[in-house]
Amino acid sequence: MIAVFAAFFVAGCATSGNPKDPVEGFNRAMFAFNEGLDGAIIRPVASGYEAVLPSPVRTGVSNFFGNIGDIFIGVNNLFQGKFGDAFGDFGRVVINTTVGILGLFDVASSTGIPKHDEDFGQTFGRWGAGNGAYVVLPVFGPRTTRDAVGLVLDIVADPISNIGNVATRNSLVALRIVDDRATLLPADKVIEEAALDKYSYLRDAYLQRRRSLIHDGNPPREVDPEADAEQLERPAIAAAGYEPVAAEPVATIAPAVVAQLQAESADATGNK
Amino acid sequence: MKSFVTLIAGLLMAVTVSAQEIAPDILVKNVTNEVLDIVRKDKDIQGGNTRKAVELIEVKVLPYFNFVRMTQSTLGKSWRDATPAQQKALTEEFRTLLVRTYSAALTGYKNQTIEFKPFSMNAGDTEVRVRSEIKQSSGQPIPLDYFLEKGSPDWKVVDIKVYGVSLTANYLDTFKTTVRNDGIDGLIAVLQKKNKSGEAAAVKK
Repeated sequence: MIAVFAAFFVAGCATSGNPKDPVEGFNRAMFAFNEGLDGAIIRPVASGYEAVLPSPVRTGVSNFFGNIGDIFIGVNNLFQGKFGDAFGDFGRVVINTTVGILGLFDVASSTGIPKHDEDFGQTFGRWGAGNGAYVVLPVFGPRTTRDAVGLVLDIVADPISNIGNVATRNSLVALRIVDDRATLLPADKVIEEAALDKYSYLRDAYLQRRRSLIHDGNPPREVDPEADAEQLERPAIAAAGYEPVAAEPVATIAPAVVAQLQAESADATGNK
Repeated sequence: MKSFVTLIAGLLMAVTVSAQEIAPDILVKNVTNEVLDIVRKDKDIQGGNTRKAVELIEVKVLPYFNFVRMTQSTLGKSWRDATPAQQKALTEEFRTLLVRTYSAALTGYKNQTIEFKPFSMNAGDTEVRVRSEIKQSSGQPIPLDYFLEKGSPDWKVVDIKVYGVSLTANYLDTFKTTVRNDGIDGLIAVLQKKNKSGEAAAVKK
């Protein structure tokens, strides 16, 4: 399996033209694979789930998984030195697990303890790790190289993936996927309207959003409206996810990133 | 991504107050509240009537947007290379695309509420950010930021960020690639085709 993806990956490298998306060919292939999987299985199941279960039940399911997620959001806030936020996250878990009946009700939000959004990828970003290349992973979808590494830790640390009973674990993992997908169903229509090219629209949205998350909603200012069109362009690109490097050098950096990724994927093949 | 659903809320801006130097945060609040009030009562829009949502946006929201500015910043330096006629066509098509996007978001509205964050600005500021959050029945709130620029004489929205995703900057790359491959007229054609297909889909429904 890994070898197949590695092959795709290497094949994809040849088609790169965009500095922040050096393996675009591979990524588009994976994107098509994921879209196929979504259209054939995940979206229909999520639609059925939404049609059959009343909204309060679905909210309960989302809250249940959200409560488990809060544990690791708290851990990541600790790693990032945001102790106040972490305190809030653990407080949420305590309140929602008890008063909120095993997390089915998000009592903490109603009492004014806000839910945060953190993961290991953001923690690495906070520590100064750059994005690396944009990669579309099979099943998991868009990541940057940094976030892909974070994802591995997210999974290792995920309480649900660590449940011993295989049937229980798989059911819960599947339910969580369906629940997540169901909450995204209304977004399908919006993206359909907005995107000239769905692949690049989602890529650029992902990169912008991750940048914003790492800065907790306050990324460094990127657009100076006083600048003329020439200057306007570069800072705005920075908003889309990579640091403003002079235009020419980027082109020379990209192959280095590609080479590194190739080495990594070769490792993966060798070690499996 | 959930955020897209709720762009809605953000894009909802309308104001009944006549324009005499309304503070930018008040402007955004008024428009948001007015549009949300209408959507809450309108079962057609909630049921997916895109056409009606577009009408609402045209009347209540568009007067407070500076689409020339939005198109200009999305085009980058290609804007300068475009003839006035091309600039006009680009602005028109991009405006239609954004309106269609907003209306798709509006029709997905489900009882979310908007909470505005404390706002402050210095005298003489010509650009400001008005921050708000969309509260949902579960999960964390979705940040929704408006960027306004002081024109002459009124404040106008020049960008919106949902979940940190700028609705204009998200097109930078696609636009640049298209202009590089097919020129500015090529980009206009792509936008026209996209808007026409959206229109056709809406009629079918």
